[in-house]
Amino acid sequence: MKLLRFSTAGSVDDGKSTLIGRLLYDSKSIFEDQMEEAERASKNRGNEEVNLALLTDGLRAEREQGITIDVAYRYFATPKRKFIIADTPGHIQYTRNMVTGASTTDLAIILIDARHGVVEQTVRHSWLVSLLGIKEIVVCVNKMDLAGYDQAVFSKIEGDYLKMVRQFSETNVTFIPISAKLGDNVVNASDNMPWYAGKTLLDFLETVQVSGPAGDSFRMWVQWVVRPISAKWPDFRGYAGRICQGEIKVGDRICVQPSGISSVVTGIMIGEQSFDTARQGQSVTITLADDIDISRGDLIAAAGLPQPEISNLVEIDVCWFRSSALVPGKRYIIRHATQEVQGIVKEICYRVNVSTLEKEYGVDSLTMNDIARVRLKTADPLVYEYYKDNRNMGSLIFIEPGTNDTVGAGMIVPEEL
Amino acid sequence: MEQLTHLKELEAESIYILREVAAQFEKPCILFSGGKDSIVLTYLAYKAFYPSKLPFPLVHIDTGHNFPETLTYRDDLVSKLGAELIVGYVQDSIDQGKVVEEKGYSASRNKLQTVTLLDTLAEHKFDCACGGARRDEEKARAKERIFSHRDEFGQWNPKNQRPELWDLYNAKKDVGEHFRAFPISNWTELDVWQYIYQEGIELPSLYYTHRRKCFLRDGQWLAAEPAVIPRRETEVVEEKEVRCRTIGDITCTGLTLSRAHSIEDIIAEIASSRITERGGRADDKRSETAMEDRKKQGYF
Repeated sequence: MKLLRFSTAGSVDDGKSTLIGRLLYDSKSIFEDQMEEAERASKNRGNEEVNLALLTDGLRAEREQGITIDVAYRYFATPKRKFIIADTPGHIQYTRNMVTGASTTDLAIILIDARHGVVEQTVRHSWLVSLLGIKEIVVCVNKMDLAGYDQAVFSKIEGDYLKMVRQFSETNVTFIPISAKLGDNVVNASDNMPWYAGKTLLDFLETVQVSGPAGDSFRMWVQWVVRPISAKWPDFRGYAGRICQGEIKVGDRICVQPSGISSVVTGIMIGEQSFDTARQGQSVTITLADDIDISRGDLIAAAGLPQPEISNLVEIDVCWFRSSALVPGKRYIIRHATQEVQGIVKEICYRVNVSTLEKEYGVDSLTMNDIARVRLKTADPLVYEYYKDNRNMGSLIFIEPGTNDTVGAGMIVPEEL
Repeated sequence: MEQLTHLKELEAESIYILREVAAQFEKPCILFSGGKDSIVLTYLAYKAFYPSKLPFPLVHIDTGHNFPETLTYRDDLVSKLGAELIVGYVQDSIDQGKVVEEKGYSASRNKLQTVTLLDTLAEHKFDCACGGARRDEEKARAKERIFSHRDEFGQWNPKNQRPELWDLYNAKKDVGEHFRAFPISNWTELDVWQYIYQEGIELPSLYYTHRRKCFLRDGQWLAAEPAVIPRRETEVVEEKEVRCRTIGDITCTGLTLSRAHSIEDIIAEIASSRITERGGRADDKRSETAMEDRKKQGYF
């Protein structure tokens, strides 16, 4: 069975919690004691119907205020696939949590209320999802029951959405008319919308193919050097990491970056087992023919072309998480893959207004929830590829010295000249 | 390129996280409870660093109310892996007057172990404790980061967690602060069992159906032997065919009536179950946000 990680964004009013509740409930992933607890808690609050949001809103503050503050992860499976949902808050002040939740997913569900159509929030969510390099969007036009199950309503939203999203993204988009509350086209096909011939949401999620990195050239960041120094393994020296692109075979020629030294793979291990090949996604330990200097933070890549970029000046799209402002010239710790370097922002090129998507120039600092294009200079060169081609190779976070907090996230982009 | 199976993908993710723990912290440890999740975690750690030995010790917080099967299993595993074991005793915390034992029929040392845990971490200067908690277990856990920062008092602040993006984990901290890391966050109960089956991992016998003297309280079967839980006069001891779905200490481990004698049976039983595994845990039923409240105090 394969795994699909997807995010859902939207506010309570869109019926997001109801949709998730419906998916979990109709796929029999909600257990009796969880349901009883939600019923009990709903009653305590004086709600007449069971509030399905109480299944996902776990924190005391969230339950008290009736809002989702942080990303919640939900798990369910059908006989065809396993799913991890990153359920993210939709309000503008939680943009950072939405970015956090979407960063580990391959698909995004965007909810549109059939009565309201494409609104400012839809634009913002779609743009953020595309910024994070998510290549599949499912637009669920919800509350079709309140719009008379009218095909014209659905078609208009479809047209409006495509016109909007094509301004900034080539992402695959699929539209499904649903009623999360009544269950139309969520798990079971709807009798109320015979004009819709497409898949139900669950059917679509079960069968969609998501694409991985653009390239297929072997890439693995070294996390840890395995050196047992024991009687049984006196000279063993293995390089442990997770393959983030491509495939490797025993006998392959590799090149270590940034040093450029090359060698040949002599062994591939996962635990006690040895393998002839390994591929993207696997965590392995690799041994090499030559005793060369490799340490954490280095990249092992297939020899020959293409090789990653190496530079200490990169352009990135940054999302800022904290009220402590990003100011050009201030020193941060930059964590990129398994490497950690000092970095300063040389220049803020522009900030993007996440409601209108307009570029704002002449900005001299960034604060919480701001998204901007900046130039970053690092003390040591970064080995990277563009984020759009490979997320592991092109993502980084900003850590603030002093507070140790993760204050921002960046995605390396081609230079705009 | 063909995607990995879900178990291979989860395994690879957990091994990656364990290696980040080893690389980013000065002195990490694994919290070992003897339950299946911490057993799987230890097994993954063994795989992550092989042929090196585990680069960190196992820490067990012993409430003094353990099933003997758990302790036997623990000691066997430690000697098989050649690992280091550190035990923190809740009894010591009681004797030193740091905690006061709960009274009454539902008394449990579960809450007290937080103090023993924090003392043990401090005594050995551990800066990160890896646990086998999963996000599907409980709604507060569903929101916790994989690298979860704790302040000097061991407290979790759910309202102000560090953003955690992609697979970039931030282990930076001040002196005296520490972290909890949860490498199997994204596994479900069924994933754990399927993995145990796939890898042929040995488990304590408690997980398989056996005959045991037990009694019923609030719809939940509890162990009457070993005789740790005080019984009301109305609570009658009966011998039943039971197994544990999770293992905590005796006072908070519910027993399930079962006929599952093999891992295949257990997988079939869980796949058709309509109650979550923590449904049998008395410690979670104390209030709506019991887990969040305990975590804020520094609980696991």
